[in-house]
Amino acid sequence: METQGLLNLAYLIAAVTFMVGMKMLGSPKTARKGNLIAAFGMGLAILATIFLHDKEVSTLVYTLIFAAIAFGTAIGWYIAVKVEMTKMPELVSFFNGMGGATAALIGLLEYQHYTDSSYKIAMIVAGLLIGSISFSGSMIAWAKLNGTMRKPLRLPSYNVINIVILLATLALAVFIIINRPDSPVYLYALFALALLYGVMFVVPIGGADMPVVISLLNSFTGLAAAFGGFLYDNMAMLTGGVLVGSAGTILTIAMTKAMNRSLSNVIFGAFGDTGGSGEGKTSGGTVKSINPSDAAILLNYANNVVIVPGYGLAVAQAQHAIHELEELLESKGVNVKYAIHPVAGRMPGHMNVLLAEANVDYDKLVDMDDINPQFKNTDVVLVVGANDVVNPAAKNDPSSPIYGMPILNVDEAKNVIVLKRSMKPGYAGIENELFYNPKTSMLFGDAKDSITKIINEVKNM
Amino acid sequence: MEAFLQFINDNIEMIYIVVLMIFVGIELISHVPAVLHTPLMSGANAIHGVVIIGAILVMLHMDPENYAGLAIGFIAVVLGTLNVVGGFVVTDRMLEMFKTRK
Repeated sequence: METQGLLNLAYLIAAVTFMVGMKMLGSPKTARKGNLIAAFGMGLAILATIFLHDKEVSTLVYTLIFAAIAFGTAIGWYIAVKVEMTKMPELVSFFNGMGGATAALIGLLEYQHYTDSSYKIAMIVAGLLIGSISFSGSMIAWAKLNGTMRKPLRLPSYNVINIVILLATLALAVFIIINRPDSPVYLYALFALALLYGVMFVVPIGGADMPVVISLLNSFTGLAAAFGGFLYDNMAMLTGGVLVGSAGTILTIAMTKAMNRSLSNVIFGAFGDTGGSGEGKTSGGTVKSINPSDAAILLNYANNVVIVPGYGLAVAQAQHAIHELEELLESKGVNVKYAIHPVAGRMPGHMNVLLAEANVDYDKLVDMDDINPQFKNTDVVLVVGANDVVNPAAKNDPSSPIYGMPILNVDEAKNVIVLKRSMKPGYAGIENELFYNPKTSMLFGDAKDSITKIINEVKNM
Repeated sequence: MEAFLQFINDNIEMIYIVVLMIFVGIELISHVPAVLHTPLMSGANAIHGVVIIGAILVMLHMDPENYAGLAIGFIAVVLGTLNVVGGFVVTDRMLEMFKTRK
């Protein structure tokens, strides 16, 4: 009785830390502390689970549990500390997949202990199904962001195939719940089908939509954990799981809104269809290129400069260089700001994290809605490796796949300098007429390299 | 129908928790600046690592003679730990950068 009470108390504290932690994560001042509080609650819940029970447990099992935790901690910590900040989105996806796999394995192991209760079996089947989809889907998302799997792969009429697989998976799940066969073979088949569906679900989705997919799979894993909570009557799993499931769903919707798309559009739509409609529209104009010293002159004699960072900045690891340029220009009396599009980079907030790493002042980062009216008074916009988020086709071209997405109105500024590797289109795979605008000059080359050159030129002025 | 009502009866407290938690989750996220979306997603990612508790319970219930089961349970605990530890450490690393310079 006493151990049970202590265990419940520990779970209660854990549930509260999850809520408080999540709340504190919502404000820049308290975010770090919030994360630590939630981590503390998690540690408490884990220790309580291991020690607070009346069961006879062999030393072998205890040893295995501690070995597994030690092993997982060492690897998890190592990966989390070692991986570069630019690789963060895929890292979140990877860890999310691990959680999904855990939920799936729990289902596989517990099935035969509960075949007498259709309610418990329903919870096991649901957890296994969602966990498996989350696992294989996250692994594909990870591979895509990692560059291992670049192109969206589309079988002909993949939507039909996917729906057939999904229906077959659901039918099998219902069959298992109703009949509760003693043999676990059906469950293994369900496991395989769900893994397959997770792969098929993510494979056709373009790289630009990966943040949305990761956020969605994140809330899936939360749901899978919640089903585990129902299975064990475990309040910590239930509260933590539902909390993430619900918050993750809202976050997913917020992201799709920022891109002016709907969730079904992301999942079933044909975004990132290279060779889609937007092409061929812009072939008329000419592209003006600029060298670093002319770019330096423009920047040096400007009053207001806005920097638009994109994924290219992350790839080139140019965050420190751009910060140096910003400080240099500021010291010369130029007013410099950063315009942050909500979906710049591969994840919302990706650019903020990246620039914060380079010690850029938090106040210099301006959200899209606040910066857009200011472009009219901006002398030079420096676009560093961003593309789709400054593409005027989103405003002007109803046939464009990104039509309707809110963008940064950089074409209202007096001059635009675009740092870019080549004329290749961005992740959405569509041409950008901004590059053909007479106000625009292109500075081709590696972003970090180009910025360093500009810095040297400005220094000599 | 009867089974469904039985289910509601047997689990009424948990169902209340689910409903309330859904609202808490929505409320917590709704007013967050876009800047913090990535750390928040990463933090939420760490919190669903709570699924590791299930993996530990599996191990505690397991027949010590069932070596295949123990092996899979072991893997489940390792993966769950990866989710928890990796999730929290990565979130902390992201947030470390948000320190305000004075």
